[in-house]
Amino acid sequence: MKEYPVLGTKDTRSGFGDGLLELGRTNENVVAMCADLTGSLKMNAFQDEFPERFFQAGIAEANMIGMAAGMTIGGKIPFTGTFANFSTSRVYDQVRQSIAYSEKNVKICASHAGLTLGEDGATHQVLEDLGMMKMLPNMCVINPCDYNQTKAATIAIADYEGPVYLRFGRPKVPIFMPEDMPFEIGKGILLNEGTDVTIVATGHLVWKALEAAKELEAKGISAEVINIHTIKPLDEEIILNSVMKTKCVVTAEEHQIAGGLGESVSSLLCRTIPTPQEFVAVDDTFGESGTPDELMTKYGLDAVDIISACEAVIKRK
Amino acid sequence: MADITKMKSVSSQVRRDIVRMVHANNSGHPGGSLGCVEYFVALYFDILNHNAADFDMDGIDEDLFFLSNGHISPVWYSVLAHSGYFEKSELATFRKLNSRLQGHPATEEGLEGIRIASGSLGQGLSVGIGAAQTKKLNNEDSLVYTLHGDGELQEGQIWEAAMYAAANKVDNIIATVDYNGRQIDGDVDDVLSLGDLEGKWKAFGWEVLVEDNGNDLEAVVNVLNKAKSLTGKGKPVMILLRTEMGQGVDYMMGTHKWHGSAPNDEQLANALGQLEETLGDY
Repeated sequence: MKEYPVLGTKDTRSGFGDGLLELGRTNENVVAMCADLTGSLKMNAFQDEFPERFFQAGIAEANMIGMAAGMTIGGKIPFTGTFANFSTSRVYDQVRQSIAYSEKNVKICASHAGLTLGEDGATHQVLEDLGMMKMLPNMCVINPCDYNQTKAATIAIADYEGPVYLRFGRPKVPIFMPEDMPFEIGKGILLNEGTDVTIVATGHLVWKALEAAKELEAKGISAEVINIHTIKPLDEEIILNSVMKTKCVVTAEEHQIAGGLGESVSSLLCRTIPTPQEFVAVDDTFGESGTPDELMTKYGLDAVDIISACEAVIKRK
Repeated sequence: MADITKMKSVSSQVRRDIVRMVHANNSGHPGGSLGCVEYFVALYFDILNHNAADFDMDGIDEDLFFLSNGHISPVWYSVLAHSGYFEKSELATFRKLNSRLQGHPATEEGLEGIRIASGSLGQGLSVGIGAAQTKKLNNEDSLVYTLHGDGELQEGQIWEAAMYAAANKVDNIIATVDYNGRQIDGDVDDVLSLGDLEGKWKAFGWEVLVEDNGNDLEAVVNVLNKAKSLTGKGKPVMILLRTEMGQGVDYMMGTHKWHGSAPNDEQLANALGQLEETLGDY
């Protein structure tokens, strides 16, 4: 099994903040907007260095999204920042009409996604955002896995013409992707080759998938691990190539089963090579208060859950 | 200097276009469209610094206009066509399959003159403020204009935007409210009263102009020029423009019933009999 040394731990939102600061220095058209969560989104450094390109919207997300759409007219590239819940469900119609349908070059950057937001509880733990955003025509949906990948993704989306939803999180998680790895939108990454089962993971679940693959190897099961950082457009080729070899798949994500990466993979496979699949995801329930680790365990999003899903799906081949 | 005679002639033809477009597919919103003819004609034929022949999405060094109450698309489409953005014959495709003239304005089909989709209400003021901020970043002197329905002001996003623009001194935007007092379900006062609208905008920190003759071309030109003179002074500018829904077609006036209903053949003939064909029907 390929080794991925842990280079440290950091929150993915810091990858966004550091990427945004770098963009500020390299691309004068990049502007940033925030709805009263500048510290939480790690946008302070950009705000301090480029005050004239930073727009504080206050607790008024609908207006922020509309303004971002308007700011593209004349060549600016707005990066909006707030929690994932307030970036999606709170402003869905504004995103739909003013950004997606209007084909505006806005980057909707969303932190504190999923259960790992932790103690604040279900009001803030959006688990439906990937589904909502991938349903919108013209919307590119990205969910990177660690600090390095989030920073690289932040920088990459500035050069992509069109609406993007970039999702990241609050807790400190292992850094294991190379710092100098360029981010290719829509291109999955084969992290480990295997022959018995394919694990397709996104976001915080990618590291857990690697942990699971390591334990599976000890049990004599060879797991292929794919990092899908771009939910839409989906890298169909990397998934199909793997599944043709392993004949079964487990998808893993910090999201509802409904609307998530797993459904995208299912939809692909049922149209091409129908394949047994197990879902490691939240099953039609809201979250609750707790520590991120406690919540991931209670809602079945740990490495041990990926392992059981792999064992179950292999039996269905 | 505004050519009022020419603009009156355009206005009459635009009114004919509106009722014919809505009649042709038995759907659309004639009432608000007819009420806003003078605003659109004054804007596009006198006030705006714009480049109809070579439309560009970014509109650098041009004034920009955003229609927030997208359902009155017929008046906008007609005025855009008469201004030279696209051929007048294309008005015949309004609301039909494969048309660039969608029921509510959209950018996806690449119709010249449209920079944002609108229809779901309350979003255009935010868009306008964003565009105005980009003009400031680009060191442009050009202005941004927006138009809103009065019923639309019931949407909360409008007031988020109102608060933002004043707090951030976005003083290169001129918003106008089509203050006709009517919405789909009835009179605005009966559906959800706006109360002291002038007082509300003033309290939100806007410069407010009230024009009671929103269907008088000279009055509209004058109030828009007055609004222009108030830009660049630290405050966003609002025009409350009193108009008559259905203006120009007697049976459509004085009621909310023609907000979103199309005339039948007989009603169309009646309407056209009241509106002089000045520039040739499309």
